[in-house]
Amino acid sequence: MTDKLILPKKKGLNRRTVLKTMGMAGSAMAAPGFVRYAQAASSSPIKIGFQVHRTGIGAAYGHWYERVTTAAAALINEQGGIGGRPIEIVAEDDGTDPGRGAQVVEKFATQYQVDVAFGTLFSHVVMGSAPRAGELKLPYYVVSEGYHVASGKLNRYTFQPGITDVKSQVISLAPWISKNLGKKVTMIYPDFAFGYDHRDYFSAAIKGQGGEVVQLIPIPPTESSFTRYFPQIPAGTEVIYHVMVGPAVLTFVKELGEYFGSQHPALFGFIDSLEAVDFKSPGLEFLDGSYLWEAYPRFAGASPKPHDTFYRQKVGVDAYGASTSDPADISTFSHMFGCWETLYVIKAAMEAAGYQGAADKGKLIEATEAMTKLAEGNEHPQGEKLFNGKIHQSFGHQNITRIKSGVADVVYRTSIEEGLYEPEADYTKMAL
Amino acid sequence: MKGDGARIALLHGAVLALLFLAQFVAGDYVQLSLTRIMVLAIYAMGYNLLYGYTGLLSLGHAMFFATGLYVAAIGTTRIGLGVPEVFLLAIAIGALVSLAIGGLALRASGVAFMIVTLMFSQAAFLTILYFGEYTRGDEGIVIADSIRRFGFLGMTVDLASATLRYNLALALLAIAMGVCLAIVRSPLGHVLIAIRENESRATMLGYDVTRYKLFAVVVSGTLSATAGAAYALMFAYAGSTLASIQYSIHPLLWTLLGGAATVLGPLAGTAVMYAVVDIASGFTTANLLAVGVVLILLVLFFRKGLLGTVRQRWLPWLP
Repeated sequence: MTDKLILPKKKGLNRRTVLKTMGMAGSAMAAPGFVRYAQAASSSPIKIGFQVHRTGIGAAYGHWYERVTTAAAALINEQGGIGGRPIEIVAEDDGTDPGRGAQVVEKFATQYQVDVAFGTLFSHVVMGSAPRAGELKLPYYVVSEGYHVASGKLNRYTFQPGITDVKSQVISLAPWISKNLGKKVTMIYPDFAFGYDHRDYFSAAIKGQGGEVVQLIPIPPTESSFTRYFPQIPAGTEVIYHVMVGPAVLTFVKELGEYFGSQHPALFGFIDSLEAVDFKSPGLEFLDGSYLWEAYPRFAGASPKPHDTFYRQKVGVDAYGASTSDPADISTFSHMFGCWETLYVIKAAMEAAGYQGAADKGKLIEATEAMTKLAEGNEHPQGEKLFNGKIHQSFGHQNITRIKSGVADVVYRTSIEEGLYEPEADYTKMAL
Repeated sequence: MKGDGARIALLHGAVLALLFLAQFVAGDYVQLSLTRIMVLAIYAMGYNLLYGYTGLLSLGHAMFFATGLYVAAIGTTRIGLGVPEVFLLAIAIGALVSLAIGGLALRASGVAFMIVTLMFSQAAFLTILYFGEYTRGDEGIVIADSIRRFGFLGMTVDLASATLRYNLALALLAIAMGVCLAIVRSPLGHVLIAIRENESRATMLGYDVTRYKLFAVVVSGTLSATAGAAYALMFAYAGSTLASIQYSIHPLLWTLLGGAATVLGPLAGTAVMYAVVDIASGFTTANLLAVGVVLILLVLFFRKGLLGTVRQRWLPWLP
């Protein structure tokens, strides 16, 4: 569905409204920021194409990506828009399909003529869509966490400034795992590209810490029962590192519990498996006491920071990561913040570039590449980030949480430096 | 009929001429969409040759499409082949794969043929995932712009150029259309239709039915692989989703909608279905509901598909 989610409200004019408006205008002229607002009054909206997974395998994520985007866009407009112009979100479903995703990007660029596109999560949709964005010279800000952007496989027009990539995530976690859980790791991961990123980068990282991956257990994506894989876990395994994506995760955890009983190696998992899933769901009891990676902890903790509270309140999420309107609706908390933060990166980059329209897209690209630090606060509630303009990728803090009675609380927060790696590309050398 | 040749040539030539002229009046988005439609229509035309004319319903054509996709993507990005070479290689490998699959699948017939093709296609899909080191599995492969810019006969060809890409897609469509017309209007095509109508009778008349069916599988699979290679090179991406069951169902729907056993039917079906999904996506997430409504209307009012109905009612000479 194509929606114009955020538009300036239209109101009818009558004598009372005119008088009221004149009075308010007088006050507003005296207020700080008036100049910026005054520009907005005569400016057309900045159109932001939102490629959203409303249907298909990514729908649970898409639902929350859309909710966060709507909240962030409304807030940006309340604050005066971008460079004084309101923003208009033009959303269209890509069916979580790379073929349809590419068409949506083409539609954004040529039919809706948006200024930028953003919001894509699933890696295969990013991979299918990014070449079209590059060819059509449409700045394309993805929120995917894949290593595809930083790897240099994409193009000058594709960025990932709002969320850390998976390579950085696993590199930053390896020291803590090795020091606190054990050095002999068995990895259970999905037998496709996302799983390979974990396999390759974590294996190298744990080796760097003096540990080793003693067994790799790839699980085919079509698998629905897992017990037959568990005998492959070597007896000396100290840590089981698991990344399972998709609806089979509940079966996976249940069968793992039945296999091991109360005596088992330490468990370390990625929240990707459990996004939009309640930790208290029947079958997940076995995870009690286990550790998780979370980019942004679902549980706010005993003393949340003000910007965390602000963000949750604006998005409509409670301290446990559930919707305030429906506690059964669990958010994709560790990913969706990327939409919020990316919109603020777009805002900052456009304002730095003095963006006026399509002719300034080159300036916008350069302004985004010129960014280095994103400060923690209302605009970046997950935490501060370093942005590497050469590889179009940001790097942030990661969190290790421990599940206890259905709530995961932070036990360690990595430094940004723990997740840095040597860049393998330089997009700035590509032509605009 | 002998006298139909001129009007058939005129009609199909007119369709190609209209498509050529469309680029001068269509907006950017329509031009991009038409490019994609033409490439996918080649895929559907290949499918139609097997299903529409020969009566063999395959549920596994995505494997042929994917053969073209991955030969093009891996050939250019990992082996370092040039675009023209890899395109020809994709066609050749597409023919070989079709020959091998056809040789095995044609041991079955009817529903069993559907199931066997479906199984082969699923095996191909899982193979792509299994060899993720080379295929990048579900994530897929991006073909860089620098690869898609190449020298050919002293000219620089840039597949990132929308105009060039449109005309290349049109040229490929014209070739595919020519191949289909040549086959279906030849005695060979008449044998294929005879097999579809009554296989036992065709056998009794002395035709080696299996060889004819194998020929249809090979041409059909090769056209599908050609479309796959063109898709990867023109749109710079190959991924396992494009090899999934969904992409085996697409050409069946396009062919049914446009009119099975009509040369122009798959083009019409692809265009209409593409437009329905695209327009419906602008209003609702239930775009497949719109597809369902179109199919119900088809069953109620155009049982032989759009052009099949046109042929039945008004243009009996339509090939």
